[in-house]
Amino acid sequence: MDFVLLAFFVFATVAVVAAGAVITVKNPVHAALFLVLTFFSVACGWILAGAEFLGIALVLVYVGAVMVLFLFVVMMLDVDVVPMREGFVRYLPLGLLVAVAMLVQILILIGVRAKIGVPFGTDVAKAAGEGNTHWLARSLFSDFLLPFEVAAVILTVAVIAAVMLTLRRRPGAKHQNPLEQGSVKAADRVRLVRMQAERTIPPVPPPQTTDRKEGD
Amino acid sequence: MDAVTSALSLGHYLALGVALFSISVAGIFLNRKNVIVLLMCIELLLLAVNINFVAFSRELGDPAGQVFVFFILTVAAAEAAIGLAILVTLFRNRRTIDVADIDTLKG
Repeated sequence: MDFVLLAFFVFATVAVVAAGAVITVKNPVHAALFLVLTFFSVACGWILAGAEFLGIALVLVYVGAVMVLFLFVVMMLDVDVVPMREGFVRYLPLGLLVAVAMLVQILILIGVRAKIGVPFGTDVAKAAGEGNTHWLARSLFSDFLLPFEVAAVILTVAVIAAVMLTLRRRPGAKHQNPLEQGSVKAADRVRLVRMQAERTIPPVPPPQTTDRKEGD
Repeated sequence: MDAVTSALSLGHYLALGVALFSISVAGIFLNRKNVIVLLMCIELLLLAVNINFVAFSRELGDPAGQVFVFFILTVAAAEAAIGLAILVTLFRNRRTIDVADIDTLKG
């Protein structure tokens, strides 16, 4: 057993145990943190397989962005977790049965025992004398350029959709209308009035004095 | 045993992917009331598929597999953002995220 295989077993064990914890712990915050651990371990496993760019991208995108978003939402929603757990014990045997049956069936179907005997060949990227990122980028920006652009459009649409879904107008709150602010004309704000610059003031008649005494 | 004596191979990664896939399917069965954990299980499911893509890309020496993982990550991030936005809107309107309570469309 070489060091790479030993490291793979360590990362795989951590990933599987953390994934098991994700689906069994009570608190959704703990579940999100265990999911972070799963993603991190799998990213380490990918780096072992030579997919360095995707390993780092998984850490940055998932651990850095998506899981933080999950944590924000979990902490923002004041969810009572106890009623969420009812039915857990009732569905536990069925869930375990389906999971174990699927595991065994797929392992038999893909012939893992036969495939384990044949180790990976030499890394194509390393054999060509370039890094994994270089190798991946050459393919991404030539053969897959159109899907790359479409992915950018999908992300933009997702951002706009997420903002529009969560945007709400509270009645009574004051907010700006940027369209109205941008399209304002000078005439809407200032009114020029033509008038004489100066005019003669008519003489004020002297106030009529009356002989009224205080206390009348 | 063969699995621990030989070098790192495609079979190791496929076994890891299958294990994570089965765990997440079991998680969808078990946590069928909590939408947040359901979303996490879907993320785990996509991760299991991505492991297979990376392993086959390495085995066949073809960058297309890793490019597809890149696109799956993109779509999964978009899905998580929109799903959580829907979840926040739902919680704001109904004060609950229990799947059993969201049955307005049920005839």
